[in-house]
Amino acid sequence: MAVESALIKFVKEKFPNFVISTHSFRNDDTIVIRKEGLKQVMTFLKTDKNTLFNMLVDITAVDNLGSEPRFEVIYHILSLTLKLRLRIKVPVEEMEAEVDSITSIWPGANWFEREVFDMFGIIFKNHPDLKRILMYDEFEGHPLRKDFPLKKQFPRIQMREVKTKY
Amino acid sequence: MKKEKEDKKDFQEGIELFEEKIDGKHHLLVNMGPSHPSMHGIIKIILELDGELVINSEVEIGYLHRAFEKTCENRFWNGVIPYTDRLNYCSPIINNVGYVLAVEKLFGLEIPDRCKYIRVIMSELARIADHLTCIGAAAMELGAFTVFLYAMKAREYLYELLEDVTGARVTNAYTRIGGLKADLPNGFTTKTLNALDKVKEVIKETHALLTGNRIFIDRMKGVGIVSPEDAIAWGFTGPCLRSTGVDYDVRKAFPYLVYNEMNFEIPVGENGDNFDRYLVRMEEMIQSIRIIEQAFEKIPSSLPTTEGLEYEPAKIIEMAKKGLVPEDKDTLKLLLPNTLEGIDAEKIRDICSSDKSAVLEPKEEVYTNIEALMQHFKLIMNKHGIRPPEGEVYFPVEAANGELGFYLVSKGEDKPYRIHVRPPCFAILSALPVMIKGLMVADVIPTFGSINMIGGELDR
Repeated sequence: MAVESALIKFVKEKFPNFVISTHSFRNDDTIVIRKEGLKQVMTFLKTDKNTLFNMLVDITAVDNLGSEPRFEVIYHILSLTLKLRLRIKVPVEEMEAEVDSITSIWPGANWFEREVFDMFGIIFKNHPDLKRILMYDEFEGHPLRKDFPLKKQFPRIQMREVKTKY
Repeated sequence: MKKEKEDKKDFQEGIELFEEKIDGKHHLLVNMGPSHPSMHGIIKIILELDGELVINSEVEIGYLHRAFEKTCENRFWNGVIPYTDRLNYCSPIINNVGYVLAVEKLFGLEIPDRCKYIRVIMSELARIADHLTCIGAAAMELGAFTVFLYAMKAREYLYELLEDVTGARVTNAYTRIGGLKADLPNGFTTKTLNALDKVKEVIKETHALLTGNRIFIDRMKGVGIVSPEDAIAWGFTGPCLRSTGVDYDVRKAFPYLVYNEMNFEIPVGENGDNFDRYLVRMEEMIQSIRIIEQAFEKIPSSLPTTEGLEYEPAKIIEMAKKGLVPEDKDTLKLLLPNTLEGIDAEKIRDICSSDKSAVLEPKEEVYTNIEALMQHFKLIMNKHGIRPPEGEVYFPVEAANGELGFYLVSKGEDKPYRIHVRPPCFAILSALPVMIKGLMVADVIPTFGSINMIGGELDR
């Protein structure tokens, strides 16, 4: 990409060890960072007065089957005061599909992380209640992985026992 | 006597099944939903109750999961549009618009001005319909059945307009990548303005019935309060965020289409309670009507139709059946309604981009011109198709519930590599346990109603 935006430059200078690459395709600023630095970078972006990304808009993932690392967890964050948007991408290996949970930074990350776990099988460390959200508990596999067949059929599940605890 | 005792024992055992002893107190677990009269949409809220107080709760979703994202990865770019209808089924046009805008951003496509204005008009009509549904349903759950019927009546006026333009009441699938399916029908402006007058009346009536209503205020005011800090931290957008006093609206903050040319205000609340959410929605409908009225003043007109010179297709067919031939058969021109997909080749450029890599040629050209025919096949044939450049984009639009975002990943193929939807009510609903903590069971109903959960976009 031709010109780096000021925002990307700023983050790059602040975290030279964590930033892997950057791009701004169609003016969407994107920063790819190492997963070790996720929490640190996010906390900084949320609190620093030059960025003030106070809202977590979305968390999702992409399965790049056949390339290494296989997964990318994608965070969209938004600064309400400065009217800025930023996309943070975190590459995740298939063998070690684990990322730090950012529920401690934004409580709204809770369900989004559960959805990514449900659909891609990526584990979020220190998540308060990591379990399936859209699929049922007995479901096997993670449907949005590219190697999950489109028309896979499952047998009917057994009636669950009535539990006293939820 | 003995039977009575047994019954009592059974009852006791049944109760114990659902009771938890916490801190020496008996807490009752109640499943609200998945099929509960006030749960419009299928969702389960597990409430832990101490008497009538909600101590804790958990929301279970996924009952309407239909693998939207997985399906879309196996469809052509244009084929995704009908699926987006089913996301927020109260305002499907906004979903259509959001998706195609995201794809157009991926392409870097410019669309004609008239198309932009039509998209704005249709989105705002859908927004009013959505708010009417939300308010009507929320009021009905509190016993105000009249409001529900009035709101449905007003929604019907809007659905008639949508039907005139798109041909469908709910599943519109109106937009196309780089344009629209068809233009507005003749006389649409007057019809819309008349309908909006009637909607304004209904809004007034709703105000009269609810805004000063003691029962309604008692149930709504001071219930389900969210602070602005909490709302931002949980990712609230739309009326739920604005009710707390934060004036974030995607139409103002990141203007798309022609919203930057429109003069409208963002209504904000003060307390972030149910009553403010209701008021914000009411005011937003008025603002939407303002936007539509301005859009009709500013919209560039299409080519004039030469009325009276053409024949309607049905009339020609009737004549042909009888063996008649029109007198002026050499200069005969067919009158095609604007809402038809194969409208005149000159007129379709008003509403569709002329980019040949994404937009189909007009039908007229396809049937008479070999280049256009080849172009047509190149775009619709398997393994050819519309191919956006490689890349990823996120495009947010202001849906009725808040920020609706489409995240698209393209690998330069005729099918999307990944489509992710950021549904507005997903983030809001995840905060429901926080909102209803410490409230009565009866307060869950208006709080849930004012969130306006839509199962289609929540579960995808």
